[in-house]
Amino acid sequence: MTDSSAHSESLQHSRPEAEHIAHVMPMRLLVGVFLTLLVLTFATVAATWVDLEPWNLAIALAIATVKATLVALYFMHLRYDHPFNALILVTALVFLAIFLGGALTDSLQYQPEIERFQESRQP
Amino acid sequence: MGAFCHMANPEYQPNLAHHYQSYGQQFAAGKMGMWIFLLTEILLFGGLFCAYAVYRANHPEIFIYAHHFLDKNLGAINTAVLILSSFTMAWAVRSAQLNHRKLLMTMLSLTLLCACGFLGIKFVEYKHKWEDGLLWASRYDPVGHSEPADQAVEAPDGTEGAPPMAHGEGPRYAGIFFSIYFLMTGLHGLHVLAGMGAITWILVRAAKGHFSSVYFGPVDYVGLYWHLVDLIWIYLFPLLYLIH
Repeated sequence: MTDSSAHSESLQHSRPEAEHIAHVMPMRLLVGVFLTLLVLTFATVAATWVDLEPWNLAIALAIATVKATLVALYFMHLRYDHPFNALILVTALVFLAIFLGGALTDSLQYQPEIERFQESRQP
Repeated sequence: MGAFCHMANPEYQPNLAHHYQSYGQQFAAGKMGMWIFLLTEILLFGGLFCAYAVYRANHPEIFIYAHHFLDKNLGAINTAVLILSSFTMAWAVRSAQLNHRKLLMTMLSLTLLCACGFLGIKFVEYKHKWEDGLLWASRYDPVGHSEPADQAVEAPDGTEGAPPMAHGEGPRYAGIFFSIYFLMTGLHGLHVLAGMGAITWILVRAAKGHFSSVYFGPVDYVGLYWHLVDLIWIYLFPLLYLIH
């Protein structure tokens, strides 16, 4: 890949270049992230071939989180961005965690009662 | 107003909105707006992830039973296709930043192609489930002859054979797994469709030569959205297809 922006058709000389506006991802880094994501996809499939109960779900989620982090940091540029954008993402995840945590705690609390009720109704 | 600015200011720049001081400021503001939109998207999917988490925590046996009806191989291929499309999208953003218009258009087209491939594979999966009556809870009616996913038998894990299933067998409420499956993958599929629309729009604008190394915001914002769609699939794949 050549980076020379020889043809600057719509550009005027006085204007700033892209680097002044946002970080341009080096090609090698993009390819590296892409290949890593493919390897991790294979790893997450391979992890189901072995029985690691009760860790299988945790491993699958950990691999997914590594993949998601790579996508967010490099494909989505967060690593080079103003940190406020990362803060927005983290805010979303924090509230998602509160939502999931609350709903799970609550439903697990009354689930045994539901099961007892259903068993009592079975003939 | 545009014409007025043009006359008043010989250095009028059509792609720089007048309320921004610089291209950099315009880009940063647009990007932040996009991230706030992505926040709402995460919370939208969050509701479905919550349904998934609550149901799986309370009924793990249904998930272990029902996931055998999903084709791991197709799921893995679709994951790779979507990752490839994210890669070409990131490359497209880079091309826009560097004024490579042809390369930008090639990369956007490849991204669209991957998106079509993803939806095509998804269609094959949905069709299979439709034929076997593996639908959402109210229409869950497995056809008697359907072996629980020949795929599961072929799957190299070998550790757990899929349970045999005749009409009406399987754990109670197994249909709710498919309700969750169709809602999550369906909403995700709609997002893929919307993303394809947005990428087509960017492709048309790129063909018209709208973008340059100072004005590539829309390419970047659509890219962010596309990566989020990929990111959500990265979680959907192990959660739905790879249950152990």
